[in-house]
Amino acid sequence: MLNIGHKQKRVDGPLKVSGKATYAADIASKFHHAYVLQSTIACGSITALDTSAAEAFEGVKGIFTHKNLPERLKNMVDYSDPLSPPGTPFRPFHDNTILYNGQPIALVVAETFEQARYASRLIKVTYEEKEFIGSLEENLKNASADRAPEPASNRGDFKKAFKNSDFTITQEYRQSRNYHNPMEPHATSVEYKEDGSIVVYDKIQGVGSSLKYLKGVFGLGTDKVQVKSDFIGGAFGSGLRPQYQLFMATLAALELKRNVQMVMTRAQMFSFGYRPEVIHTMKLGCSKDGTLQALSHKTIGETSTFEDFKETIVDWSGLLYKCEHVNLEYELTPVQSYTPLDMRAPGGVSGVYALECAIDELANEVGIDPLEFRRKNYVDYDQNEDKPFTSKELMACYDRCEELFGWKNKKASSKNEPHLLTGFGMATGSWEALQQPASVSLTMDENGMFTIKCATADIGTGTYTVMSQIAADKLGVSLDKIDFKLGDTAYPDSPIEGGSWTVSSVGSAVAGVCEKFQYRIADIWKRNNPDYQQVDFDAISFQDCNLEYGSKRFSFAEIMQQAAEEELSIAHNEAKSEGQTTHSGYAHCCVMVEVTVDQDLGIIKVPRIVNVSAAGKIINPKTAENQLLGAMVWGLGMALREEGMVDTNYGRIINANLAEYHIAVNADVHDIHAEFVEEKDDKVNPLGAKGVGELGIVGLAAAISNAIFDATGKRLRKLPMLLDDILEV
Amino acid sequence: MKPFEYTRLSTDDLSSDTALCDTTFLAGGTNLVDLMKYGVEEPDTIADIGQLPYDQIEEFADGLRLGALATNADTAYHPAVKNKYPVLNKAILSAASSQLRNRATNGGNLLQRTRCYYFYDTAMPCNKRVPGSGCAAIKGFNRIHAILGTSASCIATHPSDMCVALAALEAKVHILRKGESLIIPFDQLHRLPGEHPERDHNLEPGDLITQIELPSEGFAAHFDYLKIRDRESYAFALVSVAACLKVSAGKIADIRVALGGVAHKPWKSKEVEHEFIGEAPSTENFQSFAEKLIKGAQGFGTNDFKIALVKRAIVRALNNALNPS
Repeated sequence: MLNIGHKQKRVDGPLKVSGKATYAADIASKFHHAYVLQSTIACGSITALDTSAAEAFEGVKGIFTHKNLPERLKNMVDYSDPLSPPGTPFRPFHDNTILYNGQPIALVVAETFEQARYASRLIKVTYEEKEFIGSLEENLKNASADRAPEPASNRGDFKKAFKNSDFTITQEYRQSRNYHNPMEPHATSVEYKEDGSIVVYDKIQGVGSSLKYLKGVFGLGTDKVQVKSDFIGGAFGSGLRPQYQLFMATLAALELKRNVQMVMTRAQMFSFGYRPEVIHTMKLGCSKDGTLQALSHKTIGETSTFEDFKETIVDWSGLLYKCEHVNLEYELTPVQSYTPLDMRAPGGVSGVYALECAIDELANEVGIDPLEFRRKNYVDYDQNEDKPFTSKELMACYDRCEELFGWKNKKASSKNEPHLLTGFGMATGSWEALQQPASVSLTMDENGMFTIKCATADIGTGTYTVMSQIAADKLGVSLDKIDFKLGDTAYPDSPIEGGSWTVSSVGSAVAGVCEKFQYRIADIWKRNNPDYQQVDFDAISFQDCNLEYGSKRFSFAEIMQQAAEEELSIAHNEAKSEGQTTHSGYAHCCVMVEVTVDQDLGIIKVPRIVNVSAAGKIINPKTAENQLLGAMVWGLGMALREEGMVDTNYGRIINANLAEYHIAVNADVHDIHAEFVEEKDDKVNPLGAKGVGELGIVGLAAAISNAIFDATGKRLRKLPMLLDDILEV
Repeated sequence: MKPFEYTRLSTDDLSSDTALCDTTFLAGGTNLVDLMKYGVEEPDTIADIGQLPYDQIEEFADGLRLGALATNADTAYHPAVKNKYPVLNKAILSAASSQLRNRATNGGNLLQRTRCYYFYDTAMPCNKRVPGSGCAAIKGFNRIHAILGTSASCIATHPSDMCVALAALEAKVHILRKGESLIIPFDQLHRLPGEHPERDHNLEPGDLITQIELPSEGFAAHFDYLKIRDRESYAFALVSVAACLKVSAGKIADIRVALGGVAHKPWKSKEVEHEFIGEAPSTENFQSFAEKLIKGAQGFGTNDFKIALVKRAIVRALNNALNPS
């Protein structure tokens, strides 16, 4: 009965493929539909707003704007959520001020979505416009370290070491803004009950965050609101903070005393957070033999005018390679836009992109193979924190990736065409292996079915499946005896589903409650079987819903019958492991890519990507591989496709749709492969498992950039890298 | 979307001199319905032409007739198109997605509207959507915009791939106008923006495209449709080239080149083509051809790269056509 470590199909797969999985907009109740009208200017104020034609339109039930927002929502109200950065959270309809282009300025509620959408277009808005700064580039002079969190401490004497280095590089790398495009657009369905309470079905990566927000904004007591989120059609950060559809649907439901649903359009998915545009300046120096001597990484990132969104970007440069002289700087500058938002491997994907491009440039300067250069500067302790790692099998990743990819004798996999240049590139990737406190409950019923509950989420990563596997193994029962329930504020508290820490945190809590269960059932057995009262717990094992002692077997049902108990319930709070404090936990990977570049037309293709990861114990190689591959596809998109185009004349994103905002499509993805090396870790958490949701996207853009250099001799120091960049360099 | 009246047209409705001028025709709906959701198109009346008998693809001695209501997919995969007009097959299959091609019709493809970012966003000025409101693209993002035949009021492109191949093949368009049939050459269907970018084409209100006529010459031996875009599928062309050649005794006997993604209509020049008949099919001549075809090209910032790109694409496509792999 070894579920852990085996390729287990998703336990929720049949529900998903048969359309029975209930996403936030799939609730069967009858709803009124809400549609948001958005501002068409970036900065200024609304001077007139005429809703009369919209109000008169067929089916319209209510319109909400800054003019009729209930007074109680304006004063002494807490609009923050657990992940609010410093500043003032966006408060919809708070007043007539316009903070960004696309800001919700009116909410129309009607019997149908189509009625609400059309009625919103009948609202007449007059603005007074003000000047604004629409891009990072335009506001570099106001970049400030005061608004940004302090990076890891500088060490050594960077200036001197850089000056004394035999080889140096100084380069700038730029990343454009990226927008979240989960398959499921954000949605909230609010059921209004006769007693004035509400049940909220929200697209959120942690129901606790929505609950906190609703309590703070609407003053609802715990008895008046329950938040649920059974299924999430992709999130990776876009659902970390409650988004405005939660406010809208709840406001309308409470005011109209009716069920209200709001589903964002695809275009509206571009009206909130994004991965911010950043500019990195890298200075690296090394000795003749390729030993890294000095490293400086400075990043300037964009934020909104009302919140200071921060990421951990530059710290990665102090962490990945052995270097005594390090200088890290991070600054933020405001632009007229909504606040950025975490997106898959926030900060890491950005910082490591710049670092891994710069490392490649330096290796090339010295004339050392980029893989050898990385091996040479390998480090086995965390220099930022001066702590050992819980485990680090990156060297094994390098070795296995080298072998799988055929790095030593690199050969083009595609046919040799005269105008095609082939190149190979690599990068290192890494992501945090954190653990947060988590609580779970377990109940065994009279039929021996286990129900385990936790307020965590499954954003498509496989939480349902992996938790069921852990529980089945720890309890010694088959997978079909486990019913893992999540996404409900009625369940025990969970950390938000992010940071790749769900397996580590919730998984450890599940393992913990299962262990408690074993002690408890053993106690009951001993209490009711006087012959075995002295039996040592370690002499007992659990298999197939049985307690086994020597050659004797006692079924759980039998034990419960003896005790005359119908069900057994256990609660458990799992704290952080000690190793999370004494050691630094990170997962690592090596990624290698092959690219082809059409030297006349500039077309860049990626025929091959290989990723080898070290991420501790892999609970489910199938869902883990799935995470890696998905992240790699996104990394390819980030490298070559995705660009949020902000027209700075208007401060408006103008490719807010899936035809013109190019995410990678199937045709862009050719041969991609992910696998894991063995990594034993007894410190990171009780399971020895590290998360893999984010790891696979880190480093990939750099590997592609480095491969393009290998193919063409051209360094494209920007993302995305487009065909015209090849033509122009 | 704005409420509208919906009617379904029958053949009888067409023979009488009814007022079709004020109605908007709905065929596959892949473009119109999308634009209605965005609020870009807000027709009061919609006439569904899906039941009309124009979905046939018929072979004649002098060519092929593609029904206006035949789907893009059925057209691309029709044996006569695959075998005799492979440039059209390749162009259609390079466009959109299989789901869209299964639904979209040939007539609709001809009349699809631009993908200009600003045209699609009703919050932005756009002379094509709201005449006189201005053009945000000229000083904004114009990566996907025109470099040829532009005007001070519009730099939008026609987004079709199919039309580029049809232009190269010198197709003809059959139209029903007030009950009467008329035929117009393909290059007279679409127009340049000039002072009236709101008009994509030269049809009159109420005109209905019934058929597309392909001449007998399909250039099956020497052709290419080269589409250059920002991802390998499901993206409109930055630049596309339909190239057709006939070579006889080592000389160019006929040459047809139409360009997509560079103008308000498929870009082609009969004069330039005539100049090269009788010349050697060499890379040097193809380069010279390209220079002449795009003479006067002008970029607007983020689309400047198209000028160099389209020249190289023309040469590549002609060489591919000359030496089929």
